[in-house]
Amino acid sequence: MPMHPQRKQRLMLVAFIVVFTSVAIGLMLYALRGNINLFYPPAEIAAGKVPQGASIRAGGMVVPGSVQRGTDDLSVTFRVTDYQAELVVSYSGILPDLFAEGEGIVAAGVLDEQGVLQATEVLAKHDENYMPPEVADALAQSAEASSTDYGQGKTPE
Amino acid sequence: MIAEFGHLSLVMSLCVAVALGVIPLLGSYLRRVDMMALGPGLAIALLVFTGISFVCLTYAFVTDDFSVVIVANNSNSLLPTGFKVAAIWGGHEGSLLLWILILAVWTAAVALFSNELPAVFQARVLSVLGGVAIGFLLFSLLTSNPFARYLPAVPLEGQDLNPLLQDIGLIIHPPMLYLGYVGFSVAFAFALAALLGGQLDATWARWSRPWTNLAWAFLTVGIMLGSWWAYYELGWGGWWFWDPVENASFMPWLAGTALIHSLAVTEKRGVFKSWTVLLAIFTFSLSLLGTFLVRSGVLTSVHAFATDPTRGVFILIFLGIVVGGSLTLYALRAPAVASRVSFGWLSREVLLLINNVIFLAATLTVLFGTLFPLLMDALDLGKYSVGPPYFNAVFVPLMALLIPFMGIGPISRWKVDSGRRWLAELLIPGLSAVVVGVLFPFVYAGEFAIGVALASILAGWLILSLSRDLITKLRNGKTLRHGLRRLSPSYYGMVLAHVGFACSVLGVSYTSHYSTEKDVRMAPGETLSLPGITVKLDSAYKVDGPNYVADEALFRITLGSESFDMKPQKRRYVASGTVMTEAAINGKLTRDVYVALGEPLEDGAWAVRVYHKPFVRFIWFGALLMAGGAGLTLLDRRYRRARRTATVPVTVSSGPVAS
Repeated sequence: MPMHPQRKQRLMLVAFIVVFTSVAIGLMLYALRGNINLFYPPAEIAAGKVPQGASIRAGGMVVPGSVQRGTDDLSVTFRVTDYQAELVVSYSGILPDLFAEGEGIVAAGVLDEQGVLQATEVLAKHDENYMPPEVADALAQSAEASSTDYGQGKTPE
Repeated sequence: MIAEFGHLSLVMSLCVAVALGVIPLLGSYLRRVDMMALGPGLAIALLVFTGISFVCLTYAFVTDDFSVVIVANNSNSLLPTGFKVAAIWGGHEGSLLLWILILAVWTAAVALFSNELPAVFQARVLSVLGGVAIGFLLFSLLTSNPFARYLPAVPLEGQDLNPLLQDIGLIIHPPMLYLGYVGFSVAFAFALAALLGGQLDATWARWSRPWTNLAWAFLTVGIMLGSWWAYYELGWGGWWFWDPVENASFMPWLAGTALIHSLAVTEKRGVFKSWTVLLAIFTFSLSLLGTFLVRSGVLTSVHAFATDPTRGVFILIFLGIVVGGSLTLYALRAPAVASRVSFGWLSREVLLLINNVIFLAATLTVLFGTLFPLLMDALDLGKYSVGPPYFNAVFVPLMALLIPFMGIGPISRWKVDSGRRWLAELLIPGLSAVVVGVLFPFVYAGEFAIGVALASILAGWLILSLSRDLITKLRNGKTLRHGLRRLSPSYYGMVLAHVGFACSVLGVSYTSHYSTEKDVRMAPGETLSLPGITVKLDSAYKVDGPNYVADEALFRITLGSESFDMKPQKRRYVASGTVMTEAAINGKLTRDVYVALGEPLEDGAWAVRVYHKPFVRFIWFGALLMAGGAGLTLLDRRYRRARRTATVPVTVSSGPVAS
């Protein structure tokens, strides 16, 4: 028996939507697995809350005097702090323009056995009077931040 | 004084917008011709008042009136005049005023160029646009007044425009982007007017199409400029980062792409009517979401809501009214306008439906990836970031899925087509595409690369099937010239845009696969040898600019038989003390050489970034072709002819037209 044309059309529509959205959701979940990474402040890393080998982001203020460049390549190590604990970051490459001692940064990478963050990316995504929101938050939670004037970010006014 | 005048003019704009939002709409229900006739006049008055307001703000910027807060925050007396003007949209308040001005421009354009619309319909369109203007003017006046003053303590000097934004690309990027974003408000207004009147027919789609195409063209150029700017100004040499700010502009583009195709079906065949309306609402909502995400500070942190609660709350309420209101209207009216036209499994309708589903899926996955970190943060479940791997893993397969259908689209027929015909038409283009695509990596690089081959096959498939279609159509003409002239600007626009898409696909694939990227330490006199390219750092020295001092390095490049010099800079801007990388780029159509200075190291050495990027310009060139194609469709005669009936025009491109 021939189907009613309108019903057939509606069925087609539903079929398409179901097939494509399932494909899209499948891809989405597959892609999301392992491509999201969580931010940890140095205090939590020092407390051992981060599984080894997991891809994470970490950040804090660059400790003044801690930046050490390699002599014949672009390797660099520095320490970041949230004023409770420090984390050593190792990176090879060009640091962003806004990277400086005493400024807030975020690094993405994997923690090795020595507890050093082997960073694949270092971000300093802020302007002169603004710091990465994660870092601002981490500082706000630590004792130091309560006595100093680290803001929640640049106020628009 | 001038600033207060500008403020007053902005208040006047609000009054006019209220009148525009209410009077013509009311007139359309009371059948009062005099009330409806006020629409165009009010639309032009809106443009005049917002224009005066914008000119006043421009004056404050150009004359360095640092008593105005946003001038002091975003400009500086050392800034060149061009950048002083661009500094207007360097901050939140000024860019919002630009948004409003552009909305007024579109509204006035609709008033001036829509004389052929029935008075009732025109009145409703203008009122909806007036309503959108009310929302934005209130937002500006209540939470983000661009004319606020620093009194009595007037700063002597401004804080300077963010050096990243001191660039020609950034002077034109926001206006282009806004022309696109705001342009979708016209499609939205047409959709809402049609819902209000209950007349969702092909006529509505035909009126809406040129406006939507134009908005899409501007948005394409805006996104392309943003990508190009990120490439040469950020100093990383990347052209797309899947950054939330980029995604904010990309989502309306994806939804808009679905919309312009869906409008084509609605205009030609009268189906998908409710769907098209929904897409118009969705696209404009994403434009609003994008503007707000970028400009409210929500993206840098959800807590930006907390720092300025009024702004955040206003945003949510406004979005709620627009989305909720239009969806309610849709729910009430859409069943009344359902279509009763059928089509077969193999038809152009179905191919365009596939286009719509894929683009919508792409939009939703990008939306999900963009909002996921915000959602998790708001729920206090942790600070996540969703990176490029997610977006690439989802987006690339979706686009690859799209292209096989995209090749069939232009040759397909409306209503019913046959697989046998498709096979007969497309067998040769398909086989040729496979041969060319598989051979290309061998010819170009001497070895096979699956990604490159796939992209070449897909792009070749698009271009060759379009050529096949063009040849078939030209055979219908008596002579070649006659044949060429018989085809409509709409058809040429489609061909151009699809070729542009193929071009961008090639650019993305080739540049991702064949780029050489190297970060190294170099001292003056040292030479770096990469496959096919030699880079020598000759010397490094200081230079002075108008508002910055810079380290400059002279590089001597040898690439194949060519040799040339490049001079990248590291700038320190005087006013803000900000350090900026100014990359040097030597570009040709088929390759870029990109050299940027990292940071100074010991003994006069520099961290140096050297890229060789084949075909990277194809990405932007393709985007320009897409925008040009969309613009070309506006020349089509059928959009300019004053017709009020819902006849389906017979054009060559549509094949046999039924119903």
